[in-house]
This record gives sequence, structure tokens and C-alpha cells, in this order.
Amino acid sequence: MAATELVEGVLQGDRRSLARLISLIENEDPSVGYALSQLYRHTGRAHIVGVTGPPGSGKSTLVDRLTTEYRRRNKTVGIVCVDPSSPFTGGALLGDRIRMQGHALDKDVFVRSMGTRGHLGGLARATSDTVRAMDAFGKDIVVVETVGAGQSEVEVIDLAHTILVIDVPAAGDDIQAIKAGIMEIADIFVVNKSDLPGADKKAAEINAMLDTDPRERAWRPPVMMTNARGGEGIAALVDKIVEHRKYLEDSGLLAQKGLQRSRDELRTIMSYKLTRELMEKLEGRPEYEQALRKIAERDDDPYSVAERLIAEFLVDYGRSVKENGERKRR
Amino acid sequence: MSSSKKIRVLVAKPGLDGHDRGAKVVARALRDAGMEVIYTGLRQTPEMIAEAAIQEAVHVVGLSILSGAHNALLPKVTELLRKEGADDVLVIAGGIIPEDDVPGLKAAGIAEVFGPGTPLSDIVDYIKAHVKL
Amino acid sequence: MAREKDVEAGLKEWEEKTVSKTIAKYPERSEKFETISGVGVNRLYTPLDTKDMDYRESLGFPGDYPFTRGVQPTMYRGRLWTMRQYSGFGTARETNRRFRFLLDQGQTGLSVAFDLPTQIGYDSDHPMARGEVGKVGVAVDSLADMELLFDSIPLEKVSTSMTINAPAAVLLAMYIAVGEKQGVPMAKLRGTVQNDILKEYIARGTYIFPPKPSMRLITDTFRFCSDNMPQWNTISISGYHIREAGSTAAQEVAFTLANGIAYVEAAVNAHLDIDSFASRLSFFFGSHSDFFEEVAKFRAARRLWAHIMRDRFKAHDPESWKMRFHTQTAGCTLTAQQPDNNVVRVTLQALQAVLGGTQSLHTNSRDEALSLPTEQSVQIALRTQQIIAYETGVADTIDPLAGSYYIESLTDEIERKAREYINKIDGMGGAVTAIEAGYPQREIHDSAFEFQRKVDAQKRVVIGVNMFAEKGRQKLEYLKVNPEVEKEQAAVVKRLREKRSPGPWRDSMKGLKTAAQSNTNLMPAIITAVKAQATVGEICDVFRQLWGEYKAPDIM
Ligand SMILES: Nc1nc2c(ncn2[C@@H]2O[C@H](COP(=O)(O)OP(=O)(O)OP(=O)(O)O)[C@@H](O)[C@H]2O)c(=O)[nH]1
Ligand SMILES: [Mg+2]
Repeated sequence: MAATELVEGVLQGDRRSLARLISLIENEDPSVGYALSQLYRHTGRAHIVGVTGPPGSGKSTLVDRLTTEYRRRNKTVGIVCVDPSSPFTGGALLGDRIRMQGHALDKDVFVRSMGTRGHLGGLARATSDTVRAMDAFGKDIVVVETVGAGQSEVEVIDLAHTILVIDVPAAGDDIQAIKAGIMEIADIFVVNKSDLPGADKKAAEINAMLDTDPRERAWRPPVMMTNARGGEGIAALVDKIVEHRKYLEDSGLLAQKGLQRSRDELRTIMSYKLTRELMEKLEGRPEYEQALRKIAERDDDPYSVAERLIAEFLVDYGRSVKENGERKRR
Repeated sequence: MSSSKKIRVLVAKPGLDGHDRGAKVVARALRDAGMEVIYTGLRQTPEMIAEAAIQEAVHVVGLSILSGAHNALLPKVTELLRKEGADDVLVIAGGIIPEDDVPGLKAAGIAEVFGPGTPLSDIVDYIKAHVKL
Repeated sequence: MAREKDVEAGLKEWEEKTVSKTIAKYPERSEKFETISGVGVNRLYTPLDTKDMDYRESLGFPGDYPFTRGVQPTMYRGRLWTMRQYSGFGTARETNRRFRFLLDQGQTGLSVAFDLPTQIGYDSDHPMARGEVGKVGVAVDSLADMELLFDSIPLEKVSTSMTINAPAAVLLAMYIAVGEKQGVPMAKLRGTVQNDILKEYIARGTYIFPPKPSMRLITDTFRFCSDNMPQWNTISISGYHIREAGSTAAQEVAFTLANGIAYVEAAVNAHLDIDSFASRLSFFFGSHSDFFEEVAKFRAARRLWAHIMRDRFKAHDPESWKMRFHTQTAGCTLTAQQPDNNVVRVTLQALQAVLGGTQSLHTNSRDEALSLPTEQSVQIALRTQQIIAYETGVADTIDPLAGSYYIESLTDEIERKAREYINKIDGMGGAVTAIEAGYPQREIHDSAFEFQRKVDAQKRVVIGVNMFAEKGRQKLEYLKVNPEVEKEQAAVVKRLREKRSPGPWRDSMKGLKTAAQSNTNLMPAIITAVKAQATVGEICDVFRQLWGEYKAPDIM
């Protein structure tokens, strides 16, 4: 089934249509672009919450609890959980859903697990569009759980309105502490596993770190304590997320973020098209193989060849796009 | 560009038995065969399984059951999937399931029943041969 | 030592001259040999392998520390092991019939299998019980069912083992109440409740509550039994299910003993005197397919526990140092293909358990990879034990494999590996923390996966499955549980709720809640509740509401 046929279903709240659309997004089905452009106008209503932090810090457990709290407040919830795909086999074990079984039969909660399929940055390539599809589907809140993050898995910043960075007390278990890189993206810090010893100390450390932050900030990320397993501190955390949303709105940052997001997105779409689609076409050109051989035989050099190929290609490409456009119009 | 098309599998344990050795070993083997595997753990009702299968848009549902409740629970899963229009999902089962019960389960839409001692590669091959992507 | 040098020289010569010549012509079957758990196996064991062994310290004498050779001074020369076939299915009435059949056949102890809803604290009419009632065991919802289950079986004469964990205290309370009705005081009751929640989290999966309140239930039964039931085994710390889940032999010993340590610590922290309860701890292991490794495993486990109890916990009473255990032949080695072969497997595994000095034994029936066993299959399984006991002579001398260079070095090796694991778990903060982090589960899963890969690659042979396989399955009669059981049992429990007198029931539920919220011993309140006809489900629901339910960590 093509994505175009699913748009109607998604807009009418049909779960199966949403699920299938997400699969097409993940599979980079060519029909997806059009479907998303149809959905785009129906998006922008959901509040998007990013949840990131080291492996095993309790992200999924916390997302489960946040969902319970949001449901108590009559909000519908979409959840996207990202887990790493194996770079060798491409397979993945998607294990976050197991924590969210309490909502398995709640028709107002939609959980989708995805593998990164080689994408770096803590998300899958499909995550952003999936969030958008859930937004169009009508979810009030969309929560994104990133892969257990190191310092470079910060892509969620481009996506979420509010980012929760999870850390845990430096207890004996072999969970890695969060890295500097992801500390910087937090809108709210969450010290989870507050039932374990050392939680207060952890919170104090984060606060001390925030004190030394030279940036002038109207929103100083609060440090919240939760015991996700026991369900403590959850309502207060949701209150903070609401507060952050209000801050974004009142300060004009939401609009600004929206603009920034459009900019980033356009850039992503363009650069993706450039690198993937254009490279494919470029490498498929008849003179490509020949040029390669020449380079190998030292008859030519890669620098000049690259420039020449791109230049020639761009001319042809421009012409074909134009023609295509005309054909469509007719 | 559908090189990134992946087989998605839900591995679940319906019923109350807690013997998930087989389910976990199979889940891992499927992952190693390049599939995306969602494992939902123990004590899954047919309703939970069907709903997860829908939301995750899986191509395959693998059900492991050793409690003897297969006749009561497995047909319920296929029935619910059918109701949701998801009857293209390949539903397979494994565990302790007596030979006599297999025809009934197949009639109810369970595509294949793998008994104890099935090599992992048989399951992988079966899925690859029968999945509708 | 001149003799040692002599052996060493001889061995060297044998390897270099005799063996290498033979191998050149007839290569060995494999380059490397290992036990089913992956312990390397040498071509030959000699006195060199046991040269560091101090006889008194490592082996000692039967009935004496460190009990490597057995926990009783005369072992089976005094009394044979208890032959205890695990059984239960359908209704209490049907299972009662099977129990009486087994006792007539010369079985010496009862072992009750409960159905999964009972094990997870759901009554038979609960939606989660759908399809499960009476399937893998007998359905017991209330005291009335328990009375039927033991109808005409004099409780002062049998010992009864109950495979029940999360709601163990409830079923124990019911057993006490049945005894009372029969006029048997609880001090005279003999038997065991499995009551081992930690291995449920690790391997078996029939948990209900989180660890903390679960551990309290367990220490409450420890205390109650130490005060009132001197002949009752309060727990059966189980490696069986850990092994069935795919662990190695050393992991089985390690994780089981680590759990044992956690129970002892919990009880000591609850201010119980160690010598008041330690002698009522019992253990339960599997007997898998690697013959010598299993014999060594039992011996290693016994020695290691004795060390732990004496040196780590400083128990004074030698009774507290003894590991007494039940054994079951390994269900996971049974094959659905060519099921009669299972009789042979079970025979060998049973023999291992006897050579390892077990206190009681369940032999699996040949059809258990397919379904519940038929009466005929159970009889063969029981006869297997009887043949070993009465015909083979293996029971006539104690620990007959001791002193075998191979057995002793394997015993050392398993103990060493198990200690390593236990140290690691100690480092993580003990078994409960390790389990919550998924550590033993992950280790077991890795072993299970590794094993399956070896079978698939035919590096491990399973006869009838990946070697000498036949097309088509051998047909076997098997036992079917009447599907009407579920409806009947659901009706029975509904009727019970309507007919019982509501006053005492309500009071007992209130009492239960109050007790659970305080830190008094829960056993008396549970006994009152079961006598007021409260059901297993209702009692567990009171606890569920207060304590919540356990969620397993994701280990993959
Ligand atoms: N003690 C304690 N344990 C917790 C808490 N929250 C989560 N856990 C446990 O931590 C473990 C990991 O939890 P998950 O929610 O799976 O963690 P995660 O961050 O989603 O893990 P990945 O997705 O694998 O990176 C589980 O065993 C949880 O039960 C908490 O507040 N306190
Ligand atoms: Mg997670």
C-alpha cells in the first residue's frame, strides 16, 4: 500500500494506518514524501518531549510513568522508542516496549519501537517524520526515547520541545554516567532511581555544574528527582514539563524554535536529497566508471574529477528537474 | 531504495508460564538474522499481543507457549488480528504443543508450529520464505 | 614426592610415545573435548590432578564437614532417598486420585504441582486465568480445594512438597488448616514449600510482588516455622529452573547459592538466629546430561554451602552447614522426537543424582516434552528409581565415585567457578540487586543461546534430534486435561464466595491488610484468612494493592 492511501486514515485516527505509514517512513518508501506533505498542515499541535540518558538509566520506565500521568490528565500520548540496530547484521532487539505494557490496551496510547538502522545521533532517520505522523494523528503529547546516549547522541534537540536528560545516582551498578555533551541539551534534569543511595548527591552535583554555567539563561534547567520504578516524583515532573512549555510560549522561544526547526528540516531534507539521491545518480552516470579507472591509473586526479563531474551533473540535473516540473503541471 | 526494508517480528509469550528460554533464544537468533525484533515478555493476553502487532506493524508474530493453554489463547490472537484487518501477518508458534492440537491451530490461522528441538535456522528460513513484506 | 615425579615422568612418556603414535594413525573424535557446560576435559586424569587435595579438608567423611561425601553418616545404607514424583493437574479431586495411585505404587513422598493461576495468585475465574486452569498443575482456589486434594491421605504419615513460590505462605497456611482438620498438629507436619522467589525472577517467571515484600513473606515463614513447625522445610532454594533456563552447571550452583546467601542475610537482618532456621533450608537441583559433571556438581555445591554457612555466616550448629537437596532429572533434555529414548536419559540422570548423594528424587516421564505424563509413563519413571535403588547396588556404599581423579578435579573446578560468580554478585551488592539489574538472567541467556548454537551446528549431539533423527513424530498416548475443568472450577470458586459467611471473611481480610502494613508476622493473619474461606486470589490481591507487582528487567 502506498503512503498516499494512508493519509486519510491517519487523519481520522486509524491506528493501523498510522502504523503502516510509519513502516513506509522507515523503509524510505518513495510515496512517503507526498503523504508527509499532506500531513504537514495538520501538525504542530503536539508537545514533543525528548527523553535521553545513559543505557539502563530508566528512560523507558520513566516514559511509562509519564504516560500514566498524562493519561490521568486526559492527554493522549504517542511514544517513539529508538534502539540501536546492529551494524553487522542490521537486526535489532527493540526492548523498550516491554516497560510500557501497562498501556498495552489503552487505545489512546500508541507505542512504536524503531531501530536506528545505521543512523547516528541517538535517533533513527525515521524518528522525526514518525513524530510528525503521530502529531497529525492527533496525539497531544509525543514522547521520544532515544537510544542509551553517549555524548554525541544529541539529535533529539532538533525534534523535541522539552528535553529530559536522565541521570542516576552513581551507585554500584554498571550504568555509565551521562556525558558532558548531553548535559548541555537538557531543559529538565531528572535524577532517576532516587530510591538508591546517592541521589541527593547527584542532584547537588548537577546543580553545582549549572551554577558554573556562564551562559545567561532565562530558563535554568531544574533538577527533578524521580523513582520511576516506584512511581514517585512523576506528577511534579509533568508539572515542570508543562511549565517549560508555558515558558517556551511566553518567551517567544516556541515560535523561534519552530522557525529554527523549519530551517533545520529544510536543510536536512535538502542535504539528504543531495547526498543520497544525487549521489546515486551521480555514481550511475556513464562517465563515472571511466573517470574512476583514470584516477586509479594516475591519468587523472580525484580533485579535478570531482569538480568536473559535479559541474556537468548539476547542469543536466537542473534541466531534468525543470522538465519534470513542467510535465507534472501539464 | 527499499534496501532498508526490514522484517519486523513480535515475539511474545501468551499465557502465564514463565519459561522464556526459547522465546529469548529465538528472538536473538532472528535479530542476528537481520530482523527487527520486539520482545514483549511474559504474561501477554491475546489482546495485548494483537494490539502490539498492529502498532508495531510487524510482519510476523512468534508465540511461545509451554503452559498447555495454546488451544484457548493462540486462535484468539489470529482472530483479533483478522478483526483488525491484519490477517497478512504471519503467525507462528512454538513450545510444548502436542501433535494432535496442531491441525486445529493451523485451521485457526497459525501458519506453523515449531516443536522442541527445532534448529534456529529452520525458523529463520521459514520466516524468510513465508513473510509478506 | 618421589611417587609424584614418577607419575609425571610416566605420563610424559605415555603422551609422547604411546599416545602420539596412536593419534597419528587414528585421530581422536575431536580436537577439544568439553563438558556440556564448556569445562575442558583432558584425555586422562592422574594423581597429579588431585595432588593438592587434602583429604580431610576437601572431602572429609559422610555426615561431617564439609559434607562433600554426603550429609548423612550412613547415606543410603540407612535409608534410601525419597522417591517423590511431582504431580498435579485438573481439579483437586483428580489430583487426589493420582496421589493415591502413586502412594499405592510405593512412592514415599508427595509433590504437588499447582496450576499457573494458583502460582501467580489468580482465582480460577480471573480473566488472566483463561485457558490455564488445571493445565500444568492442580487448581487450588480455597481451603475447600486443599481439603479435597489431601482427602484420605493422612498428613502425619506423608511428607509433602509443594511447588509454590509467590503465594507460598498462603498454600502453607492451607496445608496447616487441613492438618488441623485431620487432627494433625502443625508441629507434626513434614514437607517443603518451594518458597524461592529469587529464582522466579531469574528463571521461572511466576513472581507476583517486588523483591522487598517478597523477601518479607519468606522471612515470616522462616520465623513462623522455626517456632511452630520443626519438621517443615521452609524453602527449597532451586537451581533446577536456573539450569532449565539454560545455565551451565557452575552457574546453577553459583546463582542458587547466591540466592541462598540472600535469604540467610534477609533472615539474619530480620533478627532471626541463624541456627534457628538454617537447618530447615533445603535445595533443589537439576540432573542434566553430562554424567560426571553432574556428580561433581552435587558434591561441589554441598562443600561450598558448608563453607558459606560455617565461615561466612558463622553458624554454630553443624546441622546448619548441611546442604540437603532434592533432584529432578532435567526436563530440557527430554525430546519430543523418539520419546522412548527419554526413559534412557532419565535413567542415567537419576543415577547421577544418586551418585551425587541426593536426598530425594523426581524422575521425569518420557512424555513430558509433549504434555503432562500419563499414569503409565509416571510408573516407568518411578520404577526407574526403584531399579537403581534395589537392583544396581549403587546405594550400598557411600559416595562411590570419590577419589576418581576426574571427579575430584571437576568438583574443584565447579566450586572454583561458582565462587567466582558469587564474588561478583557480592560485589554488585548481593543477589537481589544483581537480579534487578538482570545480571544472572543475562548470563543464563548467553549460555542458553551458546548451547542452542552448538546444537544447531551439531557440535552438541541430541540423539533423535540432530543425529539419528527419524522423519515424523512417534505417536504417544498423552494426557489431556478436560477443558471443562476451567468452567467447573470457576463455578466452584464463585459459589464459594457467595456461600461463605461474609463476617469472618471481611474481618480476616481487614486483619490481613493491617498485618501487611505493620511488621508483625503475616502467617497468623493468612491462616485466619484461609480458614475464613478467603481465596488465594483475594489474599494476593490485598498484597498486590499494598505492594504492587514486580516488573522484570529487560535483559536483551
Ligand atoms: N531502583 C530503581 N530502578 C529503576 C528505576 N527506574 C528504572 N529502574 C530499573 O532500571 C532498569 C532499566 O530500566 P529501563 O527503563 O529499561 O532503562 P532504559 O534507560 O530505558 O534502558 P535502555 O533503553 O536499555 O537504555 C530496570 O531494571 C528498571 O526496573 C528507579 O527509579 N529506581
Ligand atoms: Mg529503554
